[in-house]
Amino acid sequence: MSDTKHHPNRLGLWGWLGGGRWGMERYLYALHRVTGLGLLAYFLLHIVVTSSRAFGADRWKTAMDAVTGPLFKFGEYLVFVAFAFHAANGIRLALLELGFAVGEPIEPVYPYRTSVHVQRPLAIGALALAAVLVAIGTASMWLVD
Amino acid sequence: MIRDQKLWTWHILAGAVILVLLGLHMLTMHMEGVVKLEGLNPASAANEAQGGGKLQPIDWANVKARSAKVFYLVTYILLLGAALFHGLYGATNVVHEANPPRWLHKTVSALAVVVGLGLFAFGTWAAIAAFLLAKAL
Amino acid sequence: MSEMSKVTYRIRRYDPNRDTAPHYETYTIDYTPGLTVLEGLWLIKETLAPDLVWRASCRMGVCGSCGMLINGMARLACNTQISDLGTDQLVLAPLPNFNIIRDLVPDLMPMLSTHQDLHPYVVRDDVAEQEEPTGEYYQSIHDLEQYLQFSYCIKCGCCMAACPTVATDPTYAGPMPLGQVQRYNTDTRDGGFEVRKEAIAGERGPWRCHYAGECSRVCPKGVDPAKAIQLLKRQMVLDVFGLRAKKCPSKLVGKPKDAKRRNGIPEAPKPTV
Repeated sequence: MSDTKHHPNRLGLWGWLGGGRWGMERYLYALHRVTGLGLLAYFLLHIVVTSSRAFGADRWKTAMDAVTGPLFKFGEYLVFVAFAFHAANGIRLALLELGFAVGEPIEPVYPYRTSVHVQRPLAIGALALAAVLVAIGTASMWLVD
Repeated sequence: MIRDQKLWTWHILAGAVILVLLGLHMLTMHMEGVVKLEGLNPASAANEAQGGGKLQPIDWANVKARSAKVFYLVTYILLLGAALFHGLYGATNVVHEANPPRWLHKTVSALAVVVGLGLFAFGTWAAIAAFLLAKAL
Repeated sequence: MSEMSKVTYRIRRYDPNRDTAPHYETYTIDYTPGLTVLEGLWLIKETLAPDLVWRASCRMGVCGSCGMLINGMARLACNTQISDLGTDQLVLAPLPNFNIIRDLVPDLMPMLSTHQDLHPYVVRDDVAEQEEPTGEYYQSIHDLEQYLQFSYCIKCGCCMAACPTVATDPTYAGPMPLGQVQRYNTDTRDGGFEVRKEAIAGERGPWRCHYAGECSRVCPKGVDPAKAIQLLKRQMVLDVFGLRAKKCPSKLVGKPKDAKRRNGIPEAPKPTV
C-alpha cells in the first residue's frame, strides 16, 4: 500500500437518523432505536417509583402524587405511543431477523424484487397495529375516564 | 465471556416474553377503560358491585389486590428480568454501534450490568415485600 | 426530460496532495440520449477536468469498480442512465463509509480484508481433492438455488455505503462479507459453518444488522444482502439451541467409468492454476 493520506468518510450518526434517499424501513429502524431508548429510560425510573408499593398505602400514594398532573399524564401517553410502535415493529423485526418474512433465495431478475418488498406488507401491518394500539390507548387514557 | 450470538438470541427471546407480559401490563394499566378483562384489576369489580365509585388501576385497592396474587408476583419478576435484559442489552448495542472511545464503551457495558443486576434485585425484593404486605393486610 | 440537452455534474473532489478536505466542483456537458453517468465522467475527464479520478473497468455492471454516491444513492455509475435519474442536475460523491483515496475512489480494502477473514470459500476436509480434483461434488439444482442469489455479489461496496451500522461502527463486518458467509454456509459442498461461526459470533456478527433494508435496496445485482443476513441469523439462533440441521459436505461424484470421448472432441487443456 502507498502512504497516500486517505480522507475519512464515514457518515457517522447522521447515517442513523438523517434524511436521504432512503426507504421507509430505515425510518422504522431509527424510530425503533429512539423509542427503545425512551422506553428504557422510563422503565428504569418506573421500577423505582412503583417499588414504593412495598412500603404500604401511604408511600404508594405519595409516589403516585409525585407523578400526577397534566405533564406527567402526557409523558405517560408518549411512553404508551412509544410502546405501541416498539412492540408492533418489534414483532415485525423478530419475524424478519429469524428469517421468516424475507422470502426464499431467488434468481435475481431485473427489476429486482428483494426481501424489502417481501416484508413491506408486514411493515405496513406493524404500523397499522401500532395505530390501533395508540387509538385504544388514547381512548382509554383521554376519552373514557 | 458470553458472545453476542447467545446474548442476541436471549435478547430476542426476552422480547417475546415482554410482548406477552408487557401486553398484559398495558391492558391492565392503560387500556382497561376500553378493553375490559375480568380479573386484571380485581378491586375495581368488587368496588363497583358494592356500589362504590370507579377505581383506577393505580388506586391502592387495585395495587394491593394485584400484589397479593402469586400470578402477578411471578409475572412481575419475569417481566422485570426480561425487560431489564432486553432494554439494557439493546441500549448497550446502540452505544457500541455509535463507536465511542474504548473506555466509554467498557464503562457503559459495566454500568449496564451493575444497573441491571441492582434494579433486578431491588424490583424483586419490592415485589416479594409487596406480596407479603398485601397478604398480611 | 426528453428535451434535456445539457447535464450538470456536481462532483465531490479530493486530492490528498493538494486538499485538506473534500470540496465540490461543477461541470456541464452535452447530454445525448443513452448517456450513462460513467460515460458522462469520461466526457468531463476528456474535455473539462483531466485530473478527475474514479475507478471503473467493465462498464457493464460486472466488475463492481464504479460504485459511487449518485444523487444520494449508492449505485454503479456504469449502469445508471442519466435519463433514469429524472433530473439534469447530478451530484456525485465517493461511496460513504469508506475512506477516500482520491476524488471518487473509495478505499475498499477494509471491506475486502473482512471478507477474507470470514472464509469466503468452500471449506472441507478433503484438501487433496480440492487441490487435485478427481471429480465434482454433488449438488442438485435445488441446492444451488439456496445460495445462487448471494453468489452474484460483485463486491462493489454499495451495500456498505448504504448500511446505517457501517456508518458508525467499524467493528461490524457489514452486509457484503456477511452475505457471503451465508452464501458459503448454504452451499451443500461446504462444511465450514463452525469456522465461520467463530469469526462472526462476536461483535462483528449479523446482530449488528437491524433491517434498515438499505443494502438490498441499493444492490445493483439483486443480491439482497439483508435477506442473506436474516437467514444467517436464523441459523445462528438455531445453533445456540443445537437445532441447526447439520449437513455433511456433499460427496464426490466420480468420473463416469464407461464413458468414451466422442471422435473429434479434443482433450481439455491442462489446468493453469
